[in-house]
Amino acid sequence: MAASFAALVLLLVLTIFLRRSQRLLITAGFSLAGLASFLAAGAGFLTVAQGMTFRIVVPLGLPDLPFHLRLDVLSGYFLMIIGLLALFVSIYSIGYVRGFLGVRPVTSLVVFSTFFLAGMFLVVLADDALFFMIAWELMAGASYYLVMFEDERLENRRASFLYLLVAHVGAIAILLSFGILAGLTTGFQGFEGYTFDAMREAKHPQALATAAFLLAFFGFSAKAGVIPLHIWLPEAHPVAPSNVSALMSGVMLKTAIYGMMRVIFDLIGVFPWWWGALVLVFGLISAVLGVLYALLQHDLKKLLAYSSVENIGIILISMGLSMIFASFGLTVLSALAMIAALYHTLNHAMFKGLLFMGAGTVLHATHERSMEKMGGLIKFMPWTSALFLVGCLSIAALPPFNGFVSEWLTYQAFLLSPALTNPLLNLLVPLGAALLALTSALAAALFVKAYGVTFLGHRRSRHPAVIHEAPWSMRIAMSLAALACLALGIFPTYLIHWMDPITKFLVGDTISSSAAGFGWMWLTPIAHDRASYSAPVVFVVILAVVAITYLLLHSRAGTIRRGPLWGCGFEGITSRMQYTAMSFSMPLRRIFGFLFSIKEKVHHLPPTTHSAFPGRLQYHLRVRDRAWIWVYQPISDASFWISRRIGRMQHGRIQVYLIYSFVTIIVLLIFSR
Amino acid sequence: MNPTAAAQLNSLLAALILLTAFALVVQRRMNALLHIFAWQGFLLAVSTAIVGFVGGAHHLYISSFLTLGIKVILLPYILHLLIHKLKIRKEVDSVINVPTTMMIGIILVIYSYHLTAPIRELSTLVTRSTIAVALATFMLGFLMMITRKHAVAQIIGFLAMENGLLFAATSATYGMPLVVELGVALDLLIAAFIFGMFFFHISTTFDSLDVDQMARLKEED
Amino acid sequence: MTIPSSLIETTQVALLLAAAPLFTGWVKMVKCWMQGRTAPSLLQPFRDLAKLFSKDVVLAENASWIFRFTPYLVFGVSVLAGAIIPVLSTDLLLSATADVIVLVSLFAIARFFTALAGMDIGTAFGGMGSSREMTIASLAEPGMLMAVFAVSLVGKSTSLSQMTAVISQGGHAMLRPSMVFALLAFILIALAETGRIPVDNPATHLELTMIHEAMILEYSGRHLALIEWAGMMKLYLFTVLGIAAFFPWGISLNNDLPAIAGALVFLFLKLGFVGMALVLIETGLAKMRIFRITEFLGSAFLFATLGMMSFFMLE
Repeated sequence: MAASFAALVLLLVLTIFLRRSQRLLITAGFSLAGLASFLAAGAGFLTVAQGMTFRIVVPLGLPDLPFHLRLDVLSGYFLMIIGLLALFVSIYSIGYVRGFLGVRPVTSLVVFSTFFLAGMFLVVLADDALFFMIAWELMAGASYYLVMFEDERLENRRASFLYLLVAHVGAIAILLSFGILAGLTTGFQGFEGYTFDAMREAKHPQALATAAFLLAFFGFSAKAGVIPLHIWLPEAHPVAPSNVSALMSGVMLKTAIYGMMRVIFDLIGVFPWWWGALVLVFGLISAVLGVLYALLQHDLKKLLAYSSVENIGIILISMGLSMIFASFGLTVLSALAMIAALYHTLNHAMFKGLLFMGAGTVLHATHERSMEKMGGLIKFMPWTSALFLVGCLSIAALPPFNGFVSEWLTYQAFLLSPALTNPLLNLLVPLGAALLALTSALAAALFVKAYGVTFLGHRRSRHPAVIHEAPWSMRIAMSLAALACLALGIFPTYLIHWMDPITKFLVGDTISSSAAGFGWMWLTPIAHDRASYSAPVVFVVILAVVAITYLLLHSRAGTIRRGPLWGCGFEGITSRMQYTAMSFSMPLRRIFGFLFSIKEKVHHLPPTTHSAFPGRLQYHLRVRDRAWIWVYQPISDASFWISRRIGRMQHGRIQVYLIYSFVTIIVLLIFSR
Repeated sequence: MNPTAAAQLNSLLAALILLTAFALVVQRRMNALLHIFAWQGFLLAVSTAIVGFVGGAHHLYISSFLTLGIKVILLPYILHLLIHKLKIRKEVDSVINVPTTMMIGIILVIYSYHLTAPIRELSTLVTRSTIAVALATFMLGFLMMITRKHAVAQIIGFLAMENGLLFAATSATYGMPLVVELGVALDLLIAAFIFGMFFFHISTTFDSLDVDQMARLKEED
Repeated sequence: MTIPSSLIETTQVALLLAAAPLFTGWVKMVKCWMQGRTAPSLLQPFRDLAKLFSKDVVLAENASWIFRFTPYLVFGVSVLAGAIIPVLSTDLLLSATADVIVLVSLFAIARFFTALAGMDIGTAFGGMGSSREMTIASLAEPGMLMAVFAVSLVGKSTSLSQMTAVISQGGHAMLRPSMVFALLAFILIALAETGRIPVDNPATHLELTMIHEAMILEYSGRHLALIEWAGMMKLYLFTVLGIAAFFPWGISLNNDLPAIAGALVFLFLKLGFVGMALVLIETGLAKMRIFRITEFLGSAFLFATLGMMSFFMLE
């Protein structure tokens, strides 16, 4: 771990010297970042495997308030996730950032990436409120500059401002939450309560613990992009450079999940069931609305960003279930749901990282963000398209890839909800399972759309530019992430066994004895006659049948002829007659249209040749997030209104300001008498 | 027939009654609505008879026959005549779309289940588990009255509500006293006649049975 | 005499490959009888497949490897699904490979790739078919999961063999309201998933009403044969899935030879009845407008939810 930070520090030093030679800076810089990430991932992996806890107290910071660092299994797990994806992304960046050479200096990108990585590592290592907030702000600040990287566009500046705003509203809530927890331990006298250890030891009265939970949930939700606090996410992720969006979407959101787990399960520890229900409900809202919003997008990176909202929702669903089970004392089921949440966290990091890297490659090659101008890329970019397909299959939760394993575990947790002793929950929780099913089916539709419109069909763009395959470093990084997706999908039993210490630490029970009770091939979460899944068998049987059929059918020499498309006798089919991203989602847009604010405008242009031939049609579609209109518009209107009122106090004359100060002092003196 | 088997049969009937209640809420065609309503009455009559048999409450047989006579034969016949005479054929509009209505219905069922939990715990009758369904039937009838625009559909909703009440009485306390039931049955009949006359007037006045038209009766600003 | 479970597994897959076209032939036959037409032979689907296999492939101009890979994958997935559902016996070699949720996802793989193949050729039809297919599948999914939930409450498992065994030993399971509702929901969903009337019409090639056919319009030769065969298998698989969950009587719980033979006889009887019921539904209903399908699948969800709730409320 220390070596990892040494590498990062070395990298910063190096940056100063290599400012002049940008090409060398990219290679050396991201190699070092990759090395640091690799070391961090390794440290995290070993910590979880051996169930160890390390603590260090660093005498830095304010006097008498030293920084506490602690590497336990939960930190180790998230460290591993961050490190693993950061390793892939660093390799990817070597190729990707070269695309900026000659366009703009990349020194700031390298520097802030380093800070960003260090911030994320430190967030999961922090063991006191002060250091946690410092690391949290380091992470937020660095990522703000990364979003701002291409700052000449107004869109980017607006997005990064919005991001900074929401991040800070969240940070305030987190700070207040820590304040309550710390205050409880010391009775609001003195500063000793700021370490997490002290918070763990303290007994929290119900009301204050609830306040702390609500604040922390709000604050971390703002970072995680839980609806309705998600609005910054689809703005900021698309405009950041793709390697940064991969990191932000893949792992930065996960630090918020880490924060929630740390505060709820570790620091507070005991909670009533409605906390879990609250988390579950917000998870469901985020999952369903997130995927529906994603379906309506035609900007590839925006689509992926909304899909992150959905996946955060799925993680929260499992976490909420785990909390409900835990509060009813069903520790085994709680461990099952917790495994599902943790597993999905890792999975999402892998496939969303892969997809963002793929989207970056497409952007890199076509210089387009709108899917409506892509199409047919599978012929120009065979590698990227195949790897992107792996990401799509994983995120659409199709076996034998990794997304399926975590969703399957979540379903199993849902299916065991009859064990709860509350009759109302017995009826309500299954409805959540139905919503999750809706989400995952819609996600499949979403990624058919994303892949089909981007890579398949005819090329839509009118500029027949030469499209080239990505450089090797980008392909390697994406292949590694794709391999991780497949491996995590096929060998879940190993991973669940490895994750034992985490559930032991969080909810006090494990499922590995039953989950892997029948060997590595069979995943049996609770009991073998309850449910079982064997990804290796699914994978091998499907491959075998496909291979046998193929060989049988090709034993006879047959020819393949290429022919034109069938257009019902119409011969002038052009690429503009294909289904577009907008038309693909039309049925779903009509069915779920009431959830959005949709403005459709059809404009008939007059006929040009003869009245028998209809003229051209112009179709405009504008879809807006209802959250903007219902939540943010009132807030922003109110703050403008208040600012204008306050603005009247500004006169510009020094005497007036002196009067303000004088009156304030007088009033304060009255109170402090 | 032993009590457990009877209870199970009664549960199945309760489930089917709930199904008909949902079918009433979502069905568009007027004729089908009448048929479903008649089926609901029939299921209710059978359920009442079974409860009467198991609980030894023989006045329930009379109640069952009343239900059969009035709700399965007489009222549907009157409404059928009415529909025929007023030439109502088109599909019935509802205020909210069908899937949303279904979701509201599901929430209502869960809510009824939650509400009746204390009764279930106190009651010792074999029929106690069906009280939630009875209450849900009542609420769904109410929902139907709210969501439908057509006056005849609203009447059917009203009658379905009454079915729910009767079912609740049967399953919670083995039925109301016979006098009350007779009175209710008579009331219903009279109500049906009055409604019939009302409809006739509404439709001659507005050329329609769409109750939205009645909004025209309000004071103009 | 006990038969090894691997042999049963092989028999079952062979049965799947053979019985699926037969079942489709049977449905067509009954439909012809109902409509007063002369029926083609029961073996007609086999002849059609044989004809397609012997033809050469004409590939669309810009079809990529996805378009050519899809038929094989769809076929492979269907065969795997057939190896998991207990048809003759609950003691199968591969039955622990997947529970019913995995099974649903296996069909989702096939659908995902078929939809991609529809997008791949780049016509308006292909995209339209894909878009509609994915829409309908998304709307069917909550109802499907809820039905699984209801049945798993009764069967105390989501593993198919286990569920079948518990339900067939449970006695009068059909008197349970939850099972009745789950069955209703399952029928509606199966009609939607297998693309039958009133959701989709497998016989139509009318542009605006096609859903599944629109996606596979450009297939020919052996590719089309595989897709068609897989389509027949899907109908058969949903039928035997329904039988295994709701009418499991006759499915052998051990691997005795007489029990297996009995199971085979029962299977053919049940398939015969289901075929007739399907024809009754298909001739009795008209194809729906596409946005009415929301209500159709909404009812499926409602039934399944009522099934789940009546388990807690009434049982």
